Amino acid sequence: MSPLLQVSGLTRLYGDRVGCKDVGFELWPGEVMGIVGESGSGKTTLLNCLSARLEPTSGTVAYDTREEGLTDIYAMGEPRRRMLMRTDWGIVHQNPRDGLRMGVSAGANVGERLMAVGARHYGRIRAQAAEWLEQVEIDTGRIDDLPLTFSGGMLQRLQIARNLVTHPRLVFMDEPTGGLDVSVQARLLDLLRRLVTDLGLAAIVVTHDLAVARLLAHRLMVMQGGEVVETGLTDQVLDDPHHPYTQLLVSSVLQP
Amino acid sequence: MYVAVKGGEKAIDSAHRLMAEDRRGDRNVPELSLAQVSEQLGLAVERVMTEGSIHDRELAALAIKQAQGDLVEAVFLLRAYRTTLPRFGHTLPVDTAAMAIRRRISATFKDLPGGQVLGPTYDYTHRLLDFSLAEDGEPEEAPPAERPVDAAMPRVTDVLGREGLIERNPESDDEPRDLTRQPLTFPADRTLRLQNLARADEGFLLSLAYSTQRGYGHTHPFAGEIRMGEVSVELVPEELGFAIEIADVTLTECQMINQFKGSKEKPAQFTRGYGLAFGRSERKAMAMALVDRSLRAEELGEDLTSPAQDQEFVMSHSDNVEASGFVQHLKLPHYVDFQSELELVRRLRAQGPGKEAAE
Amino acid sequence: MNTSQGYNFAYLDEQTKRMIRRAILKAVAIPGYQVPFGSREMPLPYGWGTGGIQVTAGIIGPDDILKVIDQGADDTTNAVSIRRFFARTAGIRTTSRTEEATIIQTRHRIPETPLSAGQTIVYQVPTPEPLRWLEPRETETRKMHALADYGIMHVKLYEDIARFGRISTTYDYPVLVDDRYLMRPSPIPKFDNPKMHRNPALQLFGAGREKRIYAVPPWTSVRSLDFEDHPFEVQKWSQACALCGSTESFLDEVVTDDKGGRMFVCSDTDYCQRRRDAKEAAE
Repeated sequence: MSPLLQVSGLTRLYGDRVGCKDVGFELWPGEVMGIVGESGSGKTTLLNCLSARLEPTSGTVAYDTREEGLTDIYAMGEPRRRMLMRTDWGIVHQNPRDGLRMGVSAGANVGERLMAVGARHYGRIRAQAAEWLEQVEIDTGRIDDLPLTFSGGMLQRLQIARNLVTHPRLVFMDEPTGGLDVSVQARLLDLLRRLVTDLGLAAIVVTHDLAVARLLAHRLMVMQGGEVVETGLTDQVLDDPHHPYTQLLVSSVLQP
Repeated sequence: MYVAVKGGEKAIDSAHRLMAEDRRGDRNVPELSLAQVSEQLGLAVERVMTEGSIHDRELAALAIKQAQGDLVEAVFLLRAYRTTLPRFGHTLPVDTAAMAIRRRISATFKDLPGGQVLGPTYDYTHRLLDFSLAEDGEPEEAPPAERPVDAAMPRVTDVLGREGLIERNPESDDEPRDLTRQPLTFPADRTLRLQNLARADEGFLLSLAYSTQRGYGHTHPFAGEIRMGEVSVELVPEELGFAIEIADVTLTECQMINQFKGSKEKPAQFTRGYGLAFGRSERKAMAMALVDRSLRAEELGEDLTSPAQDQEFVMSHSDNVEASGFVQHLKLPHYVDFQSELELVRRLRAQGPGKEAAE
Repeated sequence: MNTSQGYNFAYLDEQTKRMIRRAILKAVAIPGYQVPFGSREMPLPYGWGTGGIQVTAGIIGPDDILKVIDQGADDTTNAVSIRRFFARTAGIRTTSRTEEATIIQTRHRIPETPLSAGQTIVYQVPTPEPLRWLEPRETETRKMHALADYGIMHVKLYEDIARFGRISTTYDYPVLVDDRYLMRPSPIPKFDNPKMHRNPALQLFGAGREKRIYAVPPWTSVRSLDFEDHPFEVQKWSQACALCGSTESFLDEVVTDDKGGRMFVCSDTDYCQRRRDAKEAAE
C-alpha cells in the first residue's frame, strides 16, 4: 500500500517572511492528521499548500491518484487538479459561507459536485442530496431552502454534505468548529467523527483547539513559526509533550 | 382590428425629418456656425475630442451641433467616423516637459522653478450667473503679463525624481497594444488601462475618483502638478527617416503624487497616478490620474476591496459609447423574448403558487 | 469600390474586414468558442447589432442578397435601419424572402422556413458569455471554458426545477456545441433552439460591444442543456396563427383592445405572408 499523500521539503515564503518551512510527512488512507499551533504558526499556509490552493516556494506534495498513483499535484496541470478537488478531495472552510453558494438551495449546493462530474438525472441528484442532508442531520424538508435561512451549525453541516457527496478519499478542514457555540461544536464534532470512521476518510484538520485535535486526529503535527516542532500519535503528544513549545501549548489548556 | 407592423421604412424617414426640424429649432433664430461652437463652446469641443479619440475641433464642433449639444451622442458620432479613417502611422510620444505652458499649478510646493501659472480657469470665480453674458457685448481684454512665463518649466515629478523620492516611470521598448484595434483582454497592463481611461466617460471617472477619496480604496493623493498648454506632435515619415512637426495640440496633464509606505521589494517612495486629456479638461485629467493610481493597487501589493481598484469592473464599464448603446437598446422590440416569458408566467400561474409546483 | 459618400464597400476598410474574416475562420474552426476581435465603433449604437453588422460587413460581397430581421419581422425599425445601411454602403440587393437570401442577419429569431446549404445566418449577440450571470469575471469564465468546467450551469437548471417544477429559461437558452463549448444562442426563444442542431447553413454570431465572434459550422451538433428526466422542450400554443392558420410557428401576442382582447400571429412575417399568399392563390 502506498501513502495517500506524500509531502517533502514543503516551504512557502512570503517575501522574506516564512509561511511554512521544510515540512515533510506521509498520510495513509483512513488516517486523520491534526495540525495544531497558535495563530500565525503557519497552519493555514501549510493547509493551503497541501490542498492545491497555494503554490509552495519549494518542495513537493504528491497525491495517490486513482489513475497514476503518487503524482505531484502542482505538476499535474490545472484540469486534473480541479477534477481532483471536486471529486477525490473535500475542502471544509472555517467560514461555511466561503464553501457554499449562498444564493442557491441546499439541494443544489449538495448536488453541484455531482453535476460537475456529469450527473444529468434530476431525480437521482435530488435523491442523493436528500440522503446526504439526512447524513448530516439536516431536515430533508429544507432541501429547497436557501442557506441564508440556516443557522451557523447547519451551514457547517451543509458544507460537509456538499463535500462528501462525491465520496472523497481526503478531506481538508480548516478550523471546522471555529466560530460555533460550544454545544453546537460538540454535536458537529460527534458528526465528523462518525462520518470519518464510517466512510474511512483520510483528513487533515487544522485547529488551534487541542480538544478538537484529541477527538478527531490519530496523529498530530505541532507547528511553531512555520516549522513542525513535534509529531506523534495524538495521545502521546498531548499527554507527554517533548518540545518546550508543545508543553507550553498543552499546559495553557485546562486538562479534562 | 390587427394592424400589421408594416410601414417601418416610412415611419423612420418621417422620424428623421422631424428630428432635423427639432434640431434646427425656431428658424427665426440664426443658425449656429461650427466656428461659433468651436470658439464659444470650447470646453465641450475638447471633451468630445478626448472621449471621441480624434483631435479635430471642426469635426467635434460638427458632432456637437448635429447632436444638439448632447455630448455623449457627439462622442459617438466622432467615434463612428473614426472607424473609417485610414491610419498612416503613429506619432512620437509627446513631450509634456517641453509644453508651451498656459497654466501650471502644483499643490505640493508653494513655489518652484517657473512658478505657479494660473492661466484661464474658473477655479477662483464666484459661481454667480453673469447676466451681462445674456446681452451682447465684448469682455474687457485681458492685460498681457508683465513678463513672459519662464521657458524652463520642469515637471514637479522630475524634480522629485532627481532625489529618488518618486518612482521612475518604467521604461520599455515594447510596442504598446492598441485598444482601438485589438480586443481588450484581462489582465490589462498599464498602457492599455491608460488608453481606456483616456477615452472613458468623464462622469464615470469623476464618480470613481470621488469614491476613492471617500474611502473606497484610498490612495492618499496630492495634486503634484497640473499643466495645460501646447505640445508639438511629431511624426517620422518612413521616406524621410527623421521627425517632422505636424501639429500643435493643447493638452492637460495631471500627475498625482501618492503616498506609498514601501514593501519588501521597494523602499518607501511616492508613486504616480497619471492623467492626460485633449484641450482644457482638468476635471477629466485629475479623475483619470486618481483612477489610474487606484488601478495599480494589485501591482503595489495593496488590499483589493473597492470598485475603483478592480480593472475588469472599471475598464468594462468606462466607455460611454458602449454604455449608452446597451442601456438604450432596451428600447428595441423584445416581443419575442417577452412572449416567451409571458407564456411561462401564465403556465406557472395556472399551476398555482410556486412551491407546490415543485412537488 | 466606393458607393455612398466616399465610404468603403460595406463601410469598413479592407484591413478591418480581413481582421474580422480571420476571427470568423478561427470561430468556424473551433465551433462555439468565443474569438475576441478588434470590434470597431460603428455608426449604429452598441447593443443595436454592431456585432452582427461587422460580421455581415466582413463576409458580404456585391453578389450577395441580404435579408435582415428583428424579432422575426423584416419591417421592424431596427431591421429596416440595418438593411438600409448595407443597401447604402454596399449597394447590394435586399430581400425579405428567406430562401432567396444568401445572408440573413437576425436579432432574436431563426426564420421558420428551413435554411439551406450555402446560406449564412448572422446573429446579433448582446452578451456572448453563457456563464456571465453566474460568474462576472472574464478571467474566470475563460478558464471555465478551457476546462469545460460547466457544472454550475446545471446548478441553475436544477434550481429552476426545484423552484418551478420545470426549467424556466425561455430564451437565450444555453446549448453545448459539438459536445465541447457551452454557447449562448443569443436571445432567440428556445422554440428556435432545435433549428440550430445540424443546420445546413453556416451560423455566425457577432457581439460588437463585447468584442467576440463565434460560429456553428454547417451540420454541427447543438444540444440544449437539460436533465434526463426533465428533457428540453419548446413552447407550444393552444391557438393557430390568426392570419395564416399556422400551428407550427412561433406566435406573437397582439393586444387588440383594452378589454383583454388578444390575437396570436406569426412572429416570422415573411413566413406568414407567403402562407397567406399561397392560400389566396389556391382559392
